[in-house]
Amino acid sequence: MKIYRNLSILTLLVFISAMSLNAQCKAFAKRTCLPELGSYTHDGNYHAAVLVEGEEAELFKTFYSDMDYRLSICGEETIPQVEFTVYDANRNVLYSSREANFVRTWDFRLEASQQLRIVIKVNAASNQGNTPASGCVSIMFGFRIKQ
Amino acid sequence: MKKLHQITNHVLALVILFTWVFTSCNSGGRSSKKAADSLDVSTDNAAIYDDIKKAETIFYTLPSPLESAMLIKSAGALFDDRLLNPIENTKNYSTNKSLALNLGIYTCDLSFASLYDQTQLIINYMNAAKSMADGLGILDVIQQEDIDRLEENIHNTEVIMEIVSQTYLNSNSYLEDNNQSAIASIVLTGGWLEGLYISTQLVDMKDFNGNKLVGRIIDQKLSIDILMNLLGDSRGHPAIDEVYSQISRVKTVFDKITLKTTPVKAEYDQVADVTILKSQVQSDLTPAVFKELSDTVAEIRASFIR
Repeated sequence: MKIYRNLSILTLLVFISAMSLNAQCKAFAKRTCLPELGSYTHDGNYHAAVLVEGEEAELFKTFYSDMDYRLSICGEETIPQVEFTVYDANRNVLYSSREANFVRTWDFRLEASQQLRIVIKVNAASNQGNTPASGCVSIMFGFRIKQ
Repeated sequence: MKKLHQITNHVLALVILFTWVFTSCNSGGRSSKKAADSLDVSTDNAAIYDDIKKAETIFYTLPSPLESAMLIKSAGALFDDRLLNPIENTKNYSTNKSLALNLGIYTCDLSFASLYDQTQLIINYMNAAKSMADGLGILDVIQQEDIDRLEENIHNTEVIMEIVSQTYLNSNSYLEDNNQSAIASIVLTGGWLEGLYISTQLVDMKDFNGNKLVGRIIDQKLSIDILMNLLGDSRGHPAIDEVYSQISRVKTVFDKITLKTTPVKAEYDQVADVTILKSQVQSDLTPAVFKELSDTVAEIRASFIR
């Protein structure tokens, strides 16, 4: 009987911990990533996830020719550098933050509307043997009418 | 005692596995690897999904209601309040599906009214969106202080857009954080379809060729696969299956349009400090296919707001 009680408590704790991680991620996205959009209007979409070092995430979005965009990608300090690469529909690399000293934002505009794929990767730390670090990664888009 | 310890370890492993699954699958427009394996992609964008198996976390993103409204305005379209879902309809929505669809729809209408400085409509549609959010149990997504701030800044478009963006972010993140991805997908669908409905209704058929708004509508073909994948992740949920089937009809019409895009070249503009993605696109949308698209969207939208 005692084992069931302990398990119930454990399950509850794990559930609360998962919920807390999500809330933490949302707070991080709003506090750290949102201000990086600067004068661009945030589109209102929410993309954030807890990623482990070495892990990748992908995002698919259509971008329009009438707009100027700012992409902002932020990772918590608990994880190594986060890099992102932007691909077109034919898998050609259009931009890599690695080649721009791991910047967290990228401003761009399009001559024709395109669906793009953005691959986000948390780099792996060199200290092998330790438990892989994990933390929140947030992806945000700002837009404004082409100037 | 040893056996009991082993059982405890097994159950603990199961709990950890459950937690991993839970935390991996509950974020915005996000899917697991398994769901992404069964993509149905039109030939125009097929290549973009080829590497999808590499990532564990996948986000499918649609233009938000604010972005859709901005696209309509930037195309030079005029405001027409007869196209919005009347706020009197709020009392008709009681199921999670209708509340979610109309949260997206009212948020799009609110965005549309905001960009055209329709002061009274902005307040009305913010309250309509709040009513939908409250019905879904989304706590504190739109608070009275947001409405007060809206009223105080009713002539300040930038502040209004910030408030609209914030409330949309709050509702989506609340649903995702509370393991309600299916409902979040329905909200996104409602907002996207409303933007498409307003756009198609605003096109003057006498001015079809070279119409900028028609161009923006054609662009939505690029988002239809994203939407199908987003909804596809929650298939098996009765409300999602219904919406998926309706949106499939829109995809069938979009599939009749061919988009040909030249290779994209990225060039950095030092003066503007911005990367320009250079390419050209051609499409073959005919008035007949446009009419079919417009009618299909209007029919589905009518069922959403009923």
